[in-house]
Amino acid sequence: MNNFSGQLINLFAALVLLIAFAMLAQRRVLALINLFAMQGLVLAASTTLVAFSSNQHHLYYSAALTLLLKVLFLPWILHRLIRKLNVKWDIETLFNIPTTMLIGIVLVVFAFNLAGPISEMAGTITKSTLGIAIASVLLAFLMMITRSKAVPQVIGFLAMENGLFFAAITATYGMPMVVELGIALDVLVGMFIMGIFFFQIRATFDSLELKHMENLKED
Amino acid sequence: MNGVFLQLFQNVLIVLLAPLLVGWVNQCRAWLQNRSGAGVLQPYRKLIKLFNKDAVLAHNASPLFRFTPYILFVSMWLAASLVPVIATDLPLSPAVDVIALVGIFALARVFISLAAMDIGTSFGTLGARREMLVGFLAEPALLMVFFTAALISQSTSLVTIVETLAHKQFVIYPSLAFAAIAFVMVLLAENARIPVDNPSTHLELTMIHEAMILEYSARHLAMIEWASALKLFAYTTIGFSLFMPWGIAAAGKPDSIPLALGALLLKLVVAGAGLALLETVSAKMRIFRVPEFMGTAFLLAVLGMLIHFLLGN
Repeated sequence: MNNFSGQLINLFAALVLLIAFAMLAQRRVLALINLFAMQGLVLAASTTLVAFSSNQHHLYYSAALTLLLKVLFLPWILHRLIRKLNVKWDIETLFNIPTTMLIGIVLVVFAFNLAGPISEMAGTITKSTLGIAIASVLLAFLMMITRSKAVPQVIGFLAMENGLFFAAITATYGMPMVVELGIALDVLVGMFIMGIFFFQIRATFDSLELKHMENLKED
Repeated sequence: MNGVFLQLFQNVLIVLLAPLLVGWVNQCRAWLQNRSGAGVLQPYRKLIKLFNKDAVLAHNASPLFRFTPYILFVSMWLAASLVPVIATDLPLSPAVDVIALVGIFALARVFISLAAMDIGTSFGTLGARREMLVGFLAEPALLMVFFTAALISQSTSLVTIVETLAHKQFVIYPSLAFAAIAFVMVLLAENARIPVDNPSTHLELTMIHEAMILEYSARHLAMIEWASALKLFAYTTIGFSLFMPWGIAAAGKPDSIPLALGALLLKLVVAGAGLALLETVSAKMRIFRVPEFMGTAFLLAVLGMLIHFLLGN
């Protein structure tokens, strides 16, 4: 039984990585938000499974929190935001997706090698998925680097938080509840602030392209 | 003796069943597009019609142009008959492994591209070049998919892979999920399906496969159409044996063959409907997007291998 749930957790971990790659290659903002919600859903499901197979009851709360925050609430806010900002059908011109994906593969190899020695010492049921968690953090980071518009960058940031949460679960069966609640609140508040920022950026520069912010002087 | 009989039965079965699969996919597409469709038997009618016509050849057609349809047909039939479809103890199956299977597909591709350029029309050359572009990107992705599956069973023989996945203890392999997505992408590209090529159009800007066979008529065209059907069938059954080999008869158990046959038909019906759905919901992409598409397939397959090494158990 335990063996089977371990396999299921591995499958969910692989799905997290798959969605991270899909986000890296996705051009449409709307699809990006849906992918983010899907990643949250997979995360919540795997957390529930870990909670079930390791009898860690506080993980059920984390799973519920993930479900509420990352699957329902944040995507809802993002959907509202892009509708208000009128960027719902925005398509970003990404430079050379295959190159980005290749860099992503290199990051995955790097993360797997990094996690190898750690997971050999770990005794948790999820020890082999730590590499995937690190890889999805790095991939979200890469996504933030390659994007030029504000909304996808914020989604990249949130996806990075997803990866960190997954790393916490796989390495140590989650963080203490206080820390987790604090992070959830941070993400929520951060989201609100960024939402306000979007409107400010657009009011100042007439677009959500972040490269305008690189100029120091107005000319 | 039993095995030889089984192999013959499978060969006859696939060659007769292949157009039915194409007909079923087309019928599902028609239903999804709110059309009544031509019926699942339409490919057979088309083949009979084409066989009854007189062939027209260009004056400057070389013998290569004339015998390519037969090479195509035979190599696709060979490829399809090497895949364990209803039973795993086929006498032909141990002869080649998955790498040789990729080689057989490559052989067919080389010949049809040469034949397309043989007449010297611009369409043929254009189609051949595009086919080569798609092919050289699809082949490594396909090989990587096979390697991912081969890593699990420690063998590149398709029979061993099927035996490992179907008749050992049930294990979830996350690496196969990646490989499956990559394989579907390769299948779409290699069989001239919609995101890459549209099999039902003759619009010169978009066609790949149709551009290559534009000069063929009558029995030559029939052979090519049949070979295409067999190719789709071969790819579908390869997909079955890699990702859902359940129901296939184990070696030395001839009494489970009716069950295996039923499972095969059920899987074909589901896969055909799924393929039609996939084609209906996706839009044809620009030819310059195809490298991106195939690159994604390749990377997914590589990712599957990496996942196998990480989670390896």
